[in-house]
Amino acid sequence: MSKTTEKIDRLAELTTRTTTASGGSLWTEALRRLRSSKMALVGGTVMALFIVIAIVGPWVAPYDPTAQTWRDEVFTNRGVFIGPRGDNWLGLDHLGRDMFSRMLVGARQTLLVGVVSTVLGFVVGALVGGLSGAALAFGGKAGQRLDTVLMRFIDMMLALPSLLLAVSVAAILGQSLTTVMIAVGVIQIPVFARLLRGSMLAQAGSDYVLAARALGVRRRRIVLAHVLPNSLGPVIVQTTLALATAIIEAAALSYLGLGNPDASQPEWGVMLSQAQRFFDAEPMMAVYPALGIIITALGFTLLGEAMREALDPKLRS
Amino acid sequence: MPLLTVDELTVTFAGRGGPDTTAVSGVSFTVDQGEVVGLVGESGCGKSVTSLALMGLLPAKGVTVGGTARYTGTGTDVDLLTLRRSALRDLRGTQLSMIFQDPLSSLNPVVPIGVQVTEILSRHRGLRGAAARKEAAALLDRVGIPDPTRRLKEYPHQLSGGMRQRALIAMAVACAPRLLIADEPTTALDVTIQAQILELLRELVDDQGTALLMITHDLGVVAGLCDRVNVLYAGKAVEAADRHRLFADPAHPYTHGLLGSIPRLDAPRGERLNPIRGSINDRIAWEDGCAFAPRCDFYTPQCLGGAPPLADRPADGAAAPPEGHLVRCVHPVHTTAEATEVSR
Amino acid sequence: MSLLELDDVKVHFPVKRGVFFDRTVGHVYAVDGVSLTVEAGQTYGLVGESGCGKTTLGRAVLRLNDITAGRVVFDGTDLAALPSEEMRRARRRLQMVFQDPLGSLNPRQNIESILAEGMAAHGIGATREERRTKILDILDRVGLPASALSRYPHEFSGGQRQRIGIARALVLEPDLIICDEPVSALDVSIQAQVINLLEELQDSLGLTYLVIAHDLAVVRHISDRIGVMYLGSLVEEAPSEVLYAEPRHPYTRALMSAVPVPDPTVEAGRERILLRGDLPSPAAPPTGCRFHTRCPWRQPERCDTERPVLTDMGDGHRVACHYAAEIAAGTVLPTRDLAPRVLRDTDDTDGTGGPSAPADTEGTGGAEDTAGTVPVQKPPPAADPQETPGTGGTPA
Repeated sequence: MSKTTEKIDRLAELTTRTTTASGGSLWTEALRRLRSSKMALVGGTVMALFIVIAIVGPWVAPYDPTAQTWRDEVFTNRGVFIGPRGDNWLGLDHLGRDMFSRMLVGARQTLLVGVVSTVLGFVVGALVGGLSGAALAFGGKAGQRLDTVLMRFIDMMLALPSLLLAVSVAAILGQSLTTVMIAVGVIQIPVFARLLRGSMLAQAGSDYVLAARALGVRRRRIVLAHVLPNSLGPVIVQTTLALATAIIEAAALSYLGLGNPDASQPEWGVMLSQAQRFFDAEPMMAVYPALGIIITALGFTLLGEAMREALDPKLRS
Repeated sequence: MPLLTVDELTVTFAGRGGPDTTAVSGVSFTVDQGEVVGLVGESGCGKSVTSLALMGLLPAKGVTVGGTARYTGTGTDVDLLTLRRSALRDLRGTQLSMIFQDPLSSLNPVVPIGVQVTEILSRHRGLRGAAARKEAAALLDRVGIPDPTRRLKEYPHQLSGGMRQRALIAMAVACAPRLLIADEPTTALDVTIQAQILELLRELVDDQGTALLMITHDLGVVAGLCDRVNVLYAGKAVEAADRHRLFADPAHPYTHGLLGSIPRLDAPRGERLNPIRGSINDRIAWEDGCAFAPRCDFYTPQCLGGAPPLADRPADGAAAPPEGHLVRCVHPVHTTAEATEVSR
Repeated sequence: MSLLELDDVKVHFPVKRGVFFDRTVGHVYAVDGVSLTVEAGQTYGLVGESGCGKTTLGRAVLRLNDITAGRVVFDGTDLAALPSEEMRRARRRLQMVFQDPLGSLNPRQNIESILAEGMAAHGIGATREERRTKILDILDRVGLPASALSRYPHEFSGGQRQRIGIARALVLEPDLIICDEPVSALDVSIQAQVINLLEELQDSLGLTYLVIAHDLAVVRHISDRIGVMYLGSLVEEAPSEVLYAEPRHPYTRALMSAVPVPDPTVEAGRERILLRGDLPSPAAPPTGCRFHTRCPWRQPERCDTERPVLTDMGDGHRVACHYAAEIAAGTVLPTRDLAPRVLRDTDDTDGTGGPSAPADTEGTGGAEDTAGTVPVQKPPPAADPQETPGTGGTPA
């Protein structure tokens, strides 16, 4: 008797050795994969650094970023600029302000524009897209009509060049930081709406949704408990990518002079736009904010790509 | 001299952040000229990886291939596993060919069938222009595609599943290969279409003396087509025999169990099937013993003494030991003569 | 007592085209007039190849597809006429098991949540504890451990996932379970486990099954009655044993002869009807008999103009073929231009010889014409034509 159990125990022990342990929900697993991804590590580090700078920037900045402390050392008309030196690590801008301090403090504005506009785009876009997708998949004839109306509207937004759209919004609302955020947010709406709608339609056609219908689960619960949670993956990935483009778009708007009217407040896009006049004489004035934008955008994009991979069920081993 | 001699083929995939996975661990078999050899097993047994390794189609990164696969064709005597990629590519068009499970993804969707066929003919047989087109039409006709000249101008999506598989076979046999490797060629098809494709493969073997390595999970397909059968489990061959022997007198408990699990069209109704318990996940490493032991009805502690060798099937009572019937088992099953009768 | 009765059920999907306004340019006749009866406590098997409409029909019973016409009478109620909320409630008694065990489970739900969902939707079990007791009982019945509750679908093997799918249907205590290809996604050794489980559950719970599958051997194994579908309609229906012993419709015969049998001796000597060509599009089905474009027994005129109806040939054996009696009697013979190989594996068109087997030498080889239009003779219908080589008289 005991011999039999012993023999079975040995077999069970050997069997468990070949089965790899895996457990937890899909989100837990995605997180685990994300942690082991190099791309996520680089992207995450860049993003964390950016956020830390954005938060503590004003306190650690060595000088007042708006004070024209060294105004008498810079002569733009004669092409005299001050490059990096002991006191000013990144040199001075055309008004004799410390570039390093401006970069540190400007990060906060940049992040604010990126986050607020992306959140705006995400919320409105997801609402429209979610409504549209749910209506088309489960709303019958009336739902089809609602979807058509919403999507034609979104198509119209997509048809306009995004910058033109942002410029129009900015022109209507007047020049302010809020305008930039709203304008950039608006151009993100169609992307989020289309993405969530498409993702929901794909999920609505899946077997487990059919199974839920066969079970007799109510439509509202099918949409909220089955379709929506499974459709969010690509949208979340899009959020990180959108953050990157939002920062660039905001910079573009500032560059076109539609940004914050208080031009003395540092913001990377504004700095870039101010630097263009002196690009011949002092290119480095443009290079610093440009590098800041590029590295940040790259960080967000890397993180987004890593998340896309982590969330992809096909890549699960 | 056999056409293909695979010896101790081992394929290991590097684990991404985990332990390595050995998909194939020491598989050996031979394919003679004009012979149909079957590799049978369920998902995860390593049959498809074996075929990909032979064709040099495994990714170069993260995969370790061991053992040899000696191919002795006309004027060639090479090891397929160590051959340079370019040499293998030439060989692949002219002497070796492969047919895959999914005909749609094996064909280029934006190029007409005709161009895809003539491309092969011009690359490997030097045919150009009208001559190539004529030969392509003849090929399609030979694999049973009606109205071949019109079909040549069509795109893959315009053909039905069966037609696509035929087109793929036409491309595979365009250069009269000596060895055809078919990886689940009929799994995606309906039974009546499967019957057509199997018939076509049978004709190719009979008419041209092409050797066929048939990779399938379907024992019914094997019974109708293969001369010799290798049964794979967890990366190792567990039994190898002539098909008549294998089906009449399966020696490995796994083969035995598989045959007992299949509902047969010609068996009396009302009997319960005898499934194998557990799943492929319930296995032990071959180093520890027989991988099948956790699912085996005949398991004893002797099964845990490392991987049993693939050896000649022991003699059954008075009868002489059957020739060429190999089994990897400590205590093989003996199907008695009466039992064989009943199972028919 | 019949539990489910389908009466001339039709499911047509509109084909739409247009830039601004969708115009209906045609229909896919997925199911085109199917009538059948499923008896309580029995298993009805529906076989056919892809595109024959079997899955659509199964879903139509649950109204997962819209029904174009016809009645679906379940236990005295016409489901096709029910308002949607009542239909939703009716689904407690009709459940479904799906082909893809992983795809039909929500990857973000754990097993307890999956199994409790249907109970919540139908108000079964007052408390969480009550539901859990029920769920544990069902899990035990389908052979899964209680520890499965907190785990997720991707942590299970294919066979276990299908057990979860079956458990999900069972917790609602349904009367009828529609199994749509319940085993085709599984490995052979696992298929047998699931088939046995379905049979055991039927015995212990008195379930009625409608099994939809392409695998004739599987269907024959578990069904009491089998319906064969081709292009949206039933071509033959008979008790399982009868259908196998005496297939009357040419399509059934071809289908049956195409199923490989895992036995080389049987394989070598089997009747083989090799159909030429593919399934026509269900959007433009052939006129008359849907099978006439591929039928080796096709006769002029009537087959391509008049659509045959299912006719009872005695013992509940229904066949939709104008010439079923004549074919069985041997007075209508097959031609070779529609099937290069008909009946026994005897013809030998180019002298190279098929896979040799002793059975090949007997039969009608010498009488045949290689041109391919001369009728091939067949053994008399009295003998079971598929049994084994050597049985049945040969007319040579």
